[in-house]
Amino acid sequence: MSWEVVIGLEIHTQLATKSKIFSGASTAYGAEPNTQACLVDLGYPGVLPVLNEEVVHMAAMFGLAVGATVAPRSVFARKNYFYPDLPKGYQISQYELPIVEHGELFITDDEGDEKRIGITRAHLEEDAGKSIHEGLDRSSGIDLNRAGTPLLEIVSEPDIRSAKEAVAYMRKIHTIVRYLGISDGNMQEGSFRCDANVSVRPRGQEEFGTRTEIKNLNSFRFVERAINYEIERQIDLIEDGGEVVQETRLYDAAKDETRSMRSKEEANDYRYFPDPDLLPVEISAEYIEDVREQLPELPDAKQHRFVDEYDLKNADAAQLTISRPLADYYETAVAASEAKPKVVANWVIGDLLGALNKEGLGLADSRISAEDLAGLVTRIHDNTISGKIAKQVFEAMWSGEGTADEIIEAKGLKQITDSSAIEAVVDKVIEANPGQVAEYKAGKDKLIGFFVGQVMKETKGQANPGQVNQILKQKLSD
Amino acid sequence: MDLHAKTLTELAAGLDSGEYSSVELTQSLLERIAAHDEKLNAFVTVTSDNALAAAERADQARAAGEGGVLNGLPIVHKDIFCTRGVKTTCGSRMLDNFVSPYDATIVERLAAAGAVVLGKANMDEFAMGSSNETSFFGPVRNPWDLDRSPGGSSGGSAAAVAARLAPAATATDTGGSIRQPAALTGTVGIKPTYGRVSRYGMIAFASSLDQAGVITRSAEDAARLLGVMAGFDERDSTCLNEPVPDYVAELGQSIEGLKIGLVRQHFDEGLDADCSVRIKEAIAVLESLGATVVEVDMPNIDLSVPTYYVVAPAECSSNLSRFDGVRFGHRADDPEDLLDLYCRSRGEGFGDEVKRRIMTGTYVLSAGYYDAYYLKAQQVRHLIADDFKNAFEEVDVIAGPTAPTPAFKLGDKVDDPITMYLNDIYTIGANLGGFPGMSIPCGFVDGLPVGLHLVGHHFDESTLLRCAHAYQQVTDFHTACPEDFA
Repeated sequence: MSWEVVIGLEIHTQLATKSKIFSGASTAYGAEPNTQACLVDLGYPGVLPVLNEEVVHMAAMFGLAVGATVAPRSVFARKNYFYPDLPKGYQISQYELPIVEHGELFITDDEGDEKRIGITRAHLEEDAGKSIHEGLDRSSGIDLNRAGTPLLEIVSEPDIRSAKEAVAYMRKIHTIVRYLGISDGNMQEGSFRCDANVSVRPRGQEEFGTRTEIKNLNSFRFVERAINYEIERQIDLIEDGGEVVQETRLYDAAKDETRSMRSKEEANDYRYFPDPDLLPVEISAEYIEDVREQLPELPDAKQHRFVDEYDLKNADAAQLTISRPLADYYETAVAASEAKPKVVANWVIGDLLGALNKEGLGLADSRISAEDLAGLVTRIHDNTISGKIAKQVFEAMWSGEGTADEIIEAKGLKQITDSSAIEAVVDKVIEANPGQVAEYKAGKDKLIGFFVGQVMKETKGQANPGQVNQILKQKLSD
Repeated sequence: MDLHAKTLTELAAGLDSGEYSSVELTQSLLERIAAHDEKLNAFVTVTSDNALAAAERADQARAAGEGGVLNGLPIVHKDIFCTRGVKTTCGSRMLDNFVSPYDATIVERLAAAGAVVLGKANMDEFAMGSSNETSFFGPVRNPWDLDRSPGGSSGGSAAAVAARLAPAATATDTGGSIRQPAALTGTVGIKPTYGRVSRYGMIAFASSLDQAGVITRSAEDAARLLGVMAGFDERDSTCLNEPVPDYVAELGQSIEGLKIGLVRQHFDEGLDADCSVRIKEAIAVLESLGATVVEVDMPNIDLSVPTYYVVAPAECSSNLSRFDGVRFGHRADDPEDLLDLYCRSRGEGFGDEVKRRIMTGTYVLSAGYYDAYYLKAQQVRHLIADDFKNAFEEVDVIAGPTAPTPAFKLGDKVDDPITMYLNDIYTIGANLGGFPGMSIPCGFVDGLPVGLHLVGHHFDESTLLRCAHAYQQVTDFHTACPEDFA
């Protein structure tokens, strides 16, 4: 039987505020346990939450960025359950009236076509703390530094049809939140993670199959692997005459498998109700317009502009707009260089990103600034050096030997464009290789490569390759 | 010098004129507490050292020509308000060991105004109760008859003020917890508009109903204290940024032309016949002062108690989840696992009434019951609030009885929650609608005080205080003192 996969993602994005969503405590990552939890975060008797306005602004930005409705009135609700890392015994979240609804974004699907994925809603909530079990004999520790950290939970429609699409969707959201500057998207630190709802159904069937929810996936690779494992597990189960049970599952990366965590029957009744400690969040139309005006250019728009304005291939434009700093780097380089934007793009994508990847560095750690890279590309453009020599100059720049001009000067790499100088070398090469000359003249055209090579060798690669070719052909046909 | 017999206003004058010092005053009241509280059990904690130190600071400030409007005046805090460095129990075993690391906003404001805190007043556990019998620290006794309840949940505050152990006490009111004990002890109690006084640092029972206020011996004293406590607090999102009038200055205005509404349902068979006579006499006095009286229709008011007993437990079931034995409060010994830690810590820490409400609240919020109970109750709550709003289109104040009977005997109702709950039948409506309410002494039935209940429009505490003050200018019920505590 042919199966269709149905996936919906719930992405938890940590919002990049300085202080927590309902208290003044810092959100900085990595502090000593319980040093960034104030009385409000600890859920002390008598304390009250006060909403950090910044999170409303950030949620509104996200909503507008995905073409959603930003609710004029949204309501915080309490999600009640007991857990030691949940100090109040309830999590403040949004339930019936979230701040963002009815959004969408577009991904490239498995066939390479553009595909719309609906965003059901995005709501604000506070994160819980963390339980620590290692190194504590027969007891557990609680670190409440993370408790009260603001999260935006972004819920997709069940529009995703494969693990690859799920990853493409998640990457897109990742790119958007970082473009907006509302999240650092740091997956190692848990700032960006997701739960995946997965089900399968016979192709053509309207009704959804029973779904399972895989919790807490914190890398793109795990998302893809966990979903693929789960799809296969569900299909095998059904084909063997079994039934998928609605449950929550955990992905074990070490074993590359998902495991049952709790069944529907064991699920909590969260007893949601509006939080009487907080007023409804009311947003005016003017506020929304202000946010809209302040929105930065978004990845899709930027990509399209790069294609139009810089005559780039779609794939290249996509790669250059993957993050705002990279796009900015590229545009700075284009502006500072006389070369064609397309050539600059090749250098950024091929050489710069290559060098960064090789050393596992981020763009911020780049040893070559956009202006310096532009300087190098300009020297190719004005024929000071050849593309080949440029690779050598790039290496030297990467090693910190200076700007392109300084390196060209110091190493004497300036291209030989003086025709008489090239002619002299060509004459020398012809004279030294009478046999090859004879063969060439007898029709073995391919030997032109040999002569070019010899000339370049003689000039240490500095002769202008176009000129060398032209002069050689002319002299050999004499 | 019978300092204990004086009101806050009189004591302020005495301190100002140098007749006595705050240290002397504080000392005399501490001695009185030591002598009498054994009979009453009004205090959970007496903070003698802190009080004397604060009194000394107040005297120094006065000598230096400084000090706030309450400088050197002794008060008592209901043990629901967090007080830094002092045990804050909320009347529960759960918090028997809890020393608060911070001060509630009102504790801060009263301290900044120079008030001297004598101690923490006993109360029904987590403010759940109308007789003070649910306190882990035992019931408070009514100074007018030690076999009777002072009402609740602010029974300790009311008893302390009625017995002249303190001139004033802070209190809280979720369904009548300031006004009913005030009525049963012959004291003045005011619950301001919801959002008038910060709830920060006040241990939550039902967040959308809880409001802090005061119990005093005169309307003037209440005005004095409320002026200090009221006003916007950025730490409480439900505390509204409304200007606070000068309550004391506005007291003097006449009530000539004031329109008073009476609610028919408040005078039917639920009300003790003798109490009814006292209330009608009090209303006649107000009329004699120039007020006009009309009947107002509140068709949904009878639904107050059932509505309240859905909304309040729902919120309490969630508010009390933080008491889990993990970070503070009572923790069971040697828990086997997490579930055992939760079950036994909460099982041992909470008393029966608190458990009853947590269970009721959990039930009404459960999947499948939410719409039928919680949602419906919220809808009815709006209807009740609308009844008040409509009434206030026509009248300035709604007057009636505070409680259906005078103080009842300890033990009489404690095993019958429904009868106990009906004690708040006249007061709960004001909480559901967020309106300010006040109880003032208006006479006696068989030697026990009766309270007149006044409810005003949102943020109009001034009219209530003015009305009460005018009444107290021509009556002396508020100055009556229980014989054993004269």
